[in-house]
Amino acid sequence: MERFQDIDKADSTVIWVKNMTKKFGKFVANDNLTFSVEKGEIFGFLGANGAGKTTAIRILCGLLSPTSGEAYVAGYDVYKQSEKIKQSIGYMSQKFSLYDDLNMMENIRFFGGIYGLDKKTIEQRTNELIEKFGMQDMQKKLIKDIPLGWKQKIAFSIAVLHKPKVVFLDEPTGGVDPITRRQFWDLINETAEMGITVFVTTHYMDEAEYCNRVSIMSEGKIIELGKPKDLKEKHQVNSIDELFFKVARNVNY
Amino acid sequence: MVRLNNLCKTYGTTKAIEDISFEVNENEIFGLIGPDGAGKTTIMQIVATLLVPDSGIAEVCGMEVNANFKALRKHIGYMPGKFSLYPDLSIEENIEFFAALFGTTVQENYHLVSDIYSQIEPFKDRPAGKLSGGMKQKLALSCALIHKPKLLILDEPTTGVDAVSRKEFWGMLKNLQKKGISILVSTPYMDEAALCDRVALMQSGKILQIDTPQAVVNSFNEVLYAVTSDKVYKMKEYLKHSNYCKNVHLFGQEVHVTLNTGVIDNVVTELKNTGFSNVEIKPINPTVEDCFMKLMVQ
Repeated sequence: MERFQDIDKADSTVIWVKNMTKKFGKFVANDNLTFSVEKGEIFGFLGANGAGKTTAIRILCGLLSPTSGEAYVAGYDVYKQSEKIKQSIGYMSQKFSLYDDLNMMENIRFFGGIYGLDKKTIEQRTNELIEKFGMQDMQKKLIKDIPLGWKQKIAFSIAVLHKPKVVFLDEPTGGVDPITRRQFWDLINETAEMGITVFVTTHYMDEAEYCNRVSIMSEGKIIELGKPKDLKEKHQVNSIDELFFKVARNVNY
Repeated sequence: MVRLNNLCKTYGTTKAIEDISFEVNENEIFGLIGPDGAGKTTIMQIVATLLVPDSGIAEVCGMEVNANFKALRKHIGYMPGKFSLYPDLSIEENIEFFAALFGTTVQENYHLVSDIYSQIEPFKDRPAGKLSGGMKQKLALSCALIHKPKLLILDEPTTGVDAVSRKEFWGMLKNLQKKGISILVSTPYMDEAALCDRVALMQSGKILQIDTPQAVVNSFNEVLYAVTSDKVYKMKEYLKHSNYCKNVHLFGQEVHVTLNTGVIDNVVTELKNTGFSNVEIKPINPTVEDCFMKLMVQ
């Protein structure tokens, strides 16, 4: 029972996927994926549009069941324990992050409440956030009046407010200015150092270099997986950007 | 092709654009480069005759935009940032609809869109709402071109698009340019600036710089170094607090650095003494992104 031995290691292995396949009718969105992600790791999940990244993320977030294969997130089975998974993860994306017509405090209270944090903890984490970002002036502003870069930094902090085992970031820096984009990665690094695993997708290939490991998906399969340095040496390229052009295909896009 | 003089537009208390002036030449690819909130969409909507500025004058093909909007729409193809075709019409119905709106036919201008449209034509009976992102984009571009516009306006056509598909899309734009079309395009991806003939770098409603990508890079005016070591992120944090360094930014596997004082050898020695190994340093040509960040902090 290899699988149960692996789950005993759930303390250090946060995502564990073996032969995971997802079909929609005849279309194979995820084709026999096998990989694992360790505690505190920054894992870059790369691939062309239509390669199957979103499907895999939806499965790992407990929103969709695979057709076959195994997948565990934070030690929980994606087939049977999706509610437990939802409590153990954080999620943010470029498209959905915060509620525009609530202010920052209200957003924090709302998400804190959803994740079951008590009043005292919410208050304490709120104060930490305000201090960290120097946002005293901004806390009563509606989110829609806050510049995108700030909004995404706040959204990320709220996505890890409940100290999840892993946070999923789906193109978190799309449309963000280059300086704020780099500040966002400072936040990612801090979070990973706290032991929270970061699972991130991006179309900025320079950001792929900041990950501990990256995978590249193509046509539903993982075609490359490893440390950026090792992958570049293997393919004799100078950057992940070059590697991406070499191996990624966009047939379904 | 386009002449903008002192355009301003305010929404409530937010100044979307402030005092925007520039020209787009005939048969040029002109890029508006900047993050969300820079004012790119506001400018494009004014040029596309869809939005009236608070003040300032916009001209397209020598005609003032407000007074001549009806005449101008024949000459302008506009692809908004959000997919705006009819999701329950098929590919073929959508393009025929747009051709008919402009009093032309798909056959008449097929030569203009053939490279792009032929890629989606095999699926021409499929509803537009059921297409993949890339196919939607090709259809939207075909529909914006089918009346043979002189000016094509593309609002963030590559946002959220992967690096490989982005490159292909720019290939299509270059081909359209060869067919005599002028293109005004916006993007948040700084690396795409290099593919434009001229660019306006924008931030918070203002233009930071207008020039050819080469001239933007040439105006950097400082020596830029790329530093690498075995621990790039930690090294970036260290260099940020070094007295020798002025601007320090992570760039993939490198840290880009300009100097405050001293010579670059001081930095190397400092890094080695601090325990970083495999330290390598070399002067490099700045990218548009380096220039953009420098302009942002000025």
